[in-house]
Amino acid sequence: MKKYKSLAAQEARLAFWMLLPAVVIVASVILFPVIANFWISFKSIGLGDLRPPVAILRERVVQTPKKPGDELVVTYQIRNSSRDRDLSDVVVTVRIPKGASIADLDDMWTVEGKRTLKSTFDRWEGGLSRTFELRFITESEYFTRDVDPRAPTSAEIESASKNALLSSPFTLDNFRKVVQARHFSRSLIFSFVYPFLGALISILMGIMAALLLNRTFRGQSFLRGLFLFPYISPIIAATFVWVFFLDPFSGTVNALLLDTGVIDAPIPFLNAWTIDISLFGMKVPFPLARAMVIFFDAWRYFPFAFLFILSRLQAIPEDLYEAADVDGAGYFKKFRHITLPQISSVLGTIFLLRFIWTFNKFDDVFLLTGGSAGTKTLPVEVYDNAFGRGDIGAGAATAVLLFLMLSIFMALYFKLLKEVDDE
Amino acid sequence: MNDRAISGLGMTVALVLGVFYTILSVFVWFLAVSLLGKTNAFPPLLPMVVTGVLVGLSNGYCKVRIRGEKRQILFSVGAGLIIALIWLLLYGFKASLTVKDVFGALITFPIIKLLSRNAMKDIPLSRTTKGHVELMVVKILRAFGLFFFTLIVVFPFYFMLATSLKSRAEYLMDPANLSVNLLQHPSKLFGGYIEVLFRFGFVRFIMNSAIVAALTVVITLIPSILGAYAVTRLRFRGRDLLSRLILLIYMFPAIVLVIPLYSVFTQAGLRDTRLGLLIIYAAMTIPVALYMLRSYFLTLPADLEEAGLIDGLSRLGVIIRITIPLAMPAIAAIGLYVFMIAWNEFLFAYMFLDTPEIFTLARGMVMLDDQEVPRQLLMAGAVIITVPIMVLFIRFQKHLVGGLTAGGVKG
Repeated sequence: MKKYKSLAAQEARLAFWMLLPAVVIVASVILFPVIANFWISFKSIGLGDLRPPVAILRERVVQTPKKPGDELVVTYQIRNSSRDRDLSDVVVTVRIPKGASIADLDDMWTVEGKRTLKSTFDRWEGGLSRTFELRFITESEYFTRDVDPRAPTSAEIESASKNALLSSPFTLDNFRKVVQARHFSRSLIFSFVYPFLGALISILMGIMAALLLNRTFRGQSFLRGLFLFPYISPIIAATFVWVFFLDPFSGTVNALLLDTGVIDAPIPFLNAWTIDISLFGMKVPFPLARAMVIFFDAWRYFPFAFLFILSRLQAIPEDLYEAADVDGAGYFKKFRHITLPQISSVLGTIFLLRFIWTFNKFDDVFLLTGGSAGTKTLPVEVYDNAFGRGDIGAGAATAVLLFLMLSIFMALYFKLLKEVDDE
Repeated sequence: MNDRAISGLGMTVALVLGVFYTILSVFVWFLAVSLLGKTNAFPPLLPMVVTGVLVGLSNGYCKVRIRGEKRQILFSVGAGLIIALIWLLLYGFKASLTVKDVFGALITFPIIKLLSRNAMKDIPLSRTTKGHVELMVVKILRAFGLFFFTLIVVFPFYFMLATSLKSRAEYLMDPANLSVNLLQHPSKLFGGYIEVLFRFGFVRFIMNSAIVAALTVVITLIPSILGAYAVTRLRFRGRDLLSRLILLIYMFPAIVLVIPLYSVFTQAGLRDTRLGLLIIYAAMTIPVALYMLRSYFLTLPADLEEAGLIDGLSRLGVIIRITIPLAMPAIAAIGLYVFMIAWNEFLFAYMFLDTPEIFTLARGMVMLDDQEVPRQLLMAGAVIITVPIMVLFIRFQKHLVGGLTAGGVKG
């Protein structure tokens, strides 16, 4: 019995070691950043703060000695590279050149060894710049030596600074800024509308495509591969193609529509907030750029739904349809009463997955419109805050809001997954 | 039981099918001509409907009077040619005909005839029922659907290819013209590619992308295989929880990781290095790979491995000698996926790389996206980044498609 137990322990230990590499990589590059993101969201940090401030020293010779007995006068300008963040433990080291001696010494300097002068400052304020001067009396030996004429004392500086990510105080300012920003509610609403409609249309298209290819005919597998192209092509290629394709000035779509006389003036598909469409004599504003972004999503991701639904369709037992044939049911009846119920469970899962992934998506909207014309979503907002405006803290706060909303959908997804598993 | 009797309903079905196939085919033809040459005004409706009705009528006649598959096909082609002449008469009445129009009609109409005859096969002209009408609707929807999906899937990629092979002047002169003059000198035809590859350094970017993607595959697969083996074959506390956690992590948004990784990597000097990118790509793909491998390992019988253990192999020996060879198809497919994900990745390449020497293709494309750079160069770049993925995908389609649904590529 004891041996058995130790075997189990051995197995657990083995499992631990085998899982370790994967867990370490994922924990350090995914889990840790998510936690760090929460941390940063409570800090007031800009893009520039990421580079730590340093003390900068400039040594300048203001008087060059001509003959022994002349004075060598050197000034040292010390400044903080950051305007607002303090430095600590600033240490300046100056070497007295050979053949020269110090004329008079301030008490800010301490002599170390024979030829080294040191000066230490516990704190150096942000933006502070000060200049010190040292005078040396030269002897004849000075002129025999090869001294760098620009920096005869080869002065050096060291400094320390606190990491902005760790030191600055906690604040809720970032969240206030993000939520109170103009148009925040607008991009919040579109952040939900976009994945909702995108997922919906892509699933509808997926159903249609799957029904089309759910038969054996020549070229079926070829078409199946073809239908997956939008999904597997690199996002940057796919978006550039559509951007050029829809361009108001040199785009093919506009040129075709103009040439065939469908429209009189080019349509800026991806830059137009709204476009008036006459419907029964009424002019209805249509949110064009937003619709195009949604259509792009549907175009790119319908293959995902298509594949899932097709494999589900192929798993439906044939005899169900045969029984329906005997009953004389038509195509649409068979679709409604057999096909649809059979695929409905997978439809829910696909919808949630697509919704979650599109909700998270940054690349598509960023590359298509850059978030202009009302197409801004939360991920693009994260980027704009953090890197467009250089406010890392506000960007992180936006990301936290996104993550919190996302966790609701994820909980829903897992609940659904569990129900499907239980069935 | 006279199958030569024709019901009104049956004839209506034949006419509707005839008109539909005619309009769809003429539309396809005009689209092709417009894109491959000069843009034409869309053909007027009347000639299409008239010829469509003729197609329907002749289909009805063919079905009732002509016996035998071969003779029916022959009849259809002949009737198609005659209808083509009628079309040319009606259409040429208003527009001036070109050689292209004549040839187009002579090819298109026999095809319309053959297609619509085929569609009429399951629909009798006598004793036509509501079910047959439904069948007609389904056929129309199918034909239209196939046309629609093929169009939206193929067209953007054709546009990409065609634009990449044009000169700037050609493109600006007539953006609607997507024809490519293949007869010009190759150095002119592929001028955009030569410029992108050699002047903008895409040769280097291809190498970089390939190196990063290949190394990502290696860095991802090793921990994933070990982890998937542990999760499926070893018993330990928290195993099920871990499996769920993997799936959960797989849904984490990349944009949430960007800010902290950017901050930390900047301070650690890992930003703007290939190593930094590699670490991120591996971490992003390990959950997917582990999850998919786990699903595959679950389908493998454990007997062989146990036999190996009894024969004195160590666990690692079992994995290397038994599990990996058995799971090779899945490992290869997942490796391909990881390669594709790393190759296609945009966000981190865009945020983290500043030095052109280490740019991946995706990052290089952003560099090209500049007012100064002509568009056909960008499209040439797009072709360069897309083609390897397409080739890989088509080559290994069979293995990849199963995996796509099993784990689903994140995207």
